[in-house]
Amino acid sequence: MSANGWLQFVAFSIVLGLTVKPVGIYLARVLEGQRTWLDPILRPIERLTYKLCGVNAEREMNWRQYAFAMLGFSAVTMVLTYIIERGQAVLPWNPQHMTGVGADLAWNTAASFTTNTNWQFYTGESTMSYLTQMAGLATHNFFSAAVGIVVAIALVRAIKRTQSDTIGNFWVDTTRTLLYILLPASIIYAVLLVALGVPQNLHAYTVAHTLEGRTQTIAQGPVASQEAIKMLGTNGGGFFNANSAHPFENPTPFTNFLQILSIFIIPAGLTYTLGRMTGSPGHGWAVFAAMYLLFAAGFGVLYWAEAHPHPLIHGAGQTLTASAPGGNMEGKEVRNGIAESALFATITTDASCGAVNGMHDSFTPLGGLIPLTNIMLGEVVFGGVGAGLYGMLIFVVQAVFIAGLMVGRTPEYLGKKIESYDVKMAMLYVLIFPLIILSLTAVFVLLPNVGLGTTNNSGPHGLSEILYAFTSGAGNNGSALAGLGPNWWYNITLGWDMLIGRFLMMIPVLALAGNLAQKKSVPPSPGTFPVNTPLFTVLLTGVVLILGALTFFPALSLGPILEHLLLKSGQLF
Amino acid sequence: MSTASAISSSISTKAATEKEHSVWRTSIRFTLLMTLAFGIAYPLFVTGIAGALFPHKAAGSLIEQNGQIVGSELLSQGFASDRYFHPRPSAAGNGYDATSSGGSNLAQSNTKLVQRMQGDIDKLAAENPGHLVPIDAVTTSGSGLDPDITPDNAYFQARRVAKARGMTEQQLNVLIRQNTQARTFGLLGEPRVNVLDLNIALDAAK
Repeated sequence: MSANGWLQFVAFSIVLGLTVKPVGIYLARVLEGQRTWLDPILRPIERLTYKLCGVNAEREMNWRQYAFAMLGFSAVTMVLTYIIERGQAVLPWNPQHMTGVGADLAWNTAASFTTNTNWQFYTGESTMSYLTQMAGLATHNFFSAAVGIVVAIALVRAIKRTQSDTIGNFWVDTTRTLLYILLPASIIYAVLLVALGVPQNLHAYTVAHTLEGRTQTIAQGPVASQEAIKMLGTNGGGFFNANSAHPFENPTPFTNFLQILSIFIIPAGLTYTLGRMTGSPGHGWAVFAAMYLLFAAGFGVLYWAEAHPHPLIHGAGQTLTASAPGGNMEGKEVRNGIAESALFATITTDASCGAVNGMHDSFTPLGGLIPLTNIMLGEVVFGGVGAGLYGMLIFVVQAVFIAGLMVGRTPEYLGKKIESYDVKMAMLYVLIFPLIILSLTAVFVLLPNVGLGTTNNSGPHGLSEILYAFTSGAGNNGSALAGLGPNWWYNITLGWDMLIGRFLMMIPVLALAGNLAQKKSVPPSPGTFPVNTPLFTVLLTGVVLILGALTFFPALSLGPILEHLLLKSGQLF
Repeated sequence: MSTASAISSSISTKAATEKEHSVWRTSIRFTLLMTLAFGIAYPLFVTGIAGALFPHKAAGSLIEQNGQIVGSELLSQGFASDRYFHPRPSAAGNGYDATSSGGSNLAQSNTKLVQRMQGDIDKLAAENPGHLVPIDAVTTSGSGLDPDITPDNAYFQARRVAKARGMTEQQLNVLIRQNTQARTFGLLGEPRVNVLDLNIALDAAK
């Protein structure tokens, strides 16, 4: 580890911290329907959208209607993506004449992008046409991000409301999120990325004649426009197979810095939005603090692990010098080195982004443990746009419930009594996740040809590859231990894994929102556990860690932890 | 004051009890409209601006020599001859395949990785005895197209290149220094040398 590496972490933290309040305020203004400075341009477009789609913007929805609209929209977008993938051979913007995507892969990819996972069982530059990338995949980066944000906002709104049957209008929330937040931010960001070297064109691939007289076909395309929303929407689906490790997606250390910042910027801002919309800014910051603690801890361990030399390699410069990063450089890019690769890997899995700037499969065992653990904790460390906030609010409900049990009073949260139904919904959310991950992993490990036969590495790391796949799918992350080979079974099963991990977990959240909205507000009493104190931050962090650790520790000990111990004792596979 | 907040304060109980306007119809219209806006109009708009403002970068930072494209400044290409500096080993396709980016995805505990690295180390050590082999020279990058090597790696190779070209190591060290990029703002990333740029400079220097 180097002082410079830690300085990069500090610089990142400061810049992130400075964005929280302005971003949070803007998000709140948009989602509370207030005026923004973009109104003169966007308000007419917003009105036209409602008119063309037959949306009555005046009408609010109860939680069931909200959930149904959310599911309907997601289902239709998923079907459209499937159709575009299958038919890309005859559709326009296909200069490389890509053939139609196979049925199982098209299903997997459609599910993957609809759920904000962006798991990729394909090599983008040799599988997808430009039209598919733009209109089939990048659109979901917008849509799924918006859906995540509006579900979180519906929950926040419900906490604030009293004796209300409704939690907002799904179409209004989604339209405003798309038009006022994601679109302007993406346009500015995409142009900035081009200025820094990311390609943006619709040309056929270029054939270059290299200095040594060979030919090299250079894949490119509309990369920057996809890259911008891929990071801002915590989607993570790369234009190229190598994702943000590819110099065309992430050409310089500065673009790398922008990319990690843009993963966290909306989720971190949403903590401020939470405080502002519920009228308790201190609570927003307490949640931010819990997230930041978990983020810093994860980075520390991952950076430390990756800066270590390989124990069985001799004769190479594996220690830090002034002009070489040392450490584990397999699967990492020179321009990023160890520190920025560790920072990226921590952030992409704290959030549900899943973009990678280095190959997690080649991380040291303990370095690889951190991304996996981050996803297993539910991606609540800032988390996916919206999904991170509502995930963390589920843990907040658990935390105040536990605090209530300790003092023997009915728990309250921001004036709402937390009762049996609320805790049940919160538990449902917490239980669905490990249930699906662990059971699917177990099944695939037991199927020799389908599961174990497809791993790129054997021994405990092979288990890690399978475990990581189902964790990443259910967590809607999309990063991978990418050595895992695709097959029909994985395509189908991971598709369901992602859909369940997204929508089955959103429904308890919306049910909780519906229930909270109709409650009366009770004034705080001396027995109320305050949710804006350092004590609350510590309790919340503890709840996240304990629930995650209790659930997944056995599986982790058979994967990365065992691999670490065996490697240290000189055992290879 | 817009609609949403006006409603949120006024509507508290009964809302939307009558049959909702078909969710499916709204979903289909909304999806088609938004796909046109975000899937077609948005990327084309960005493409237009990008091509107008930054034509070289928007087209992939291609380098032309004598009217022929020799590669992209951002992507590594294979160099095998002793007369050139070599990029990092590549796991993209059959090596440096810019239509099949990717890493080796070999685990640290994989025998294949350790054998490959140790084999490369032993080979390179013979080229420049008494020096530690730079780690980036024996590890594949994440993309397989990493255009850069560490300055350590460039200085390590200078001896071989000098011999093949009949130049002195000092001459090459000057070239390397000229082609070394520092950390961005003195802070971000790592110092690095772009192999294609360096080799083009080398050909120009002879």
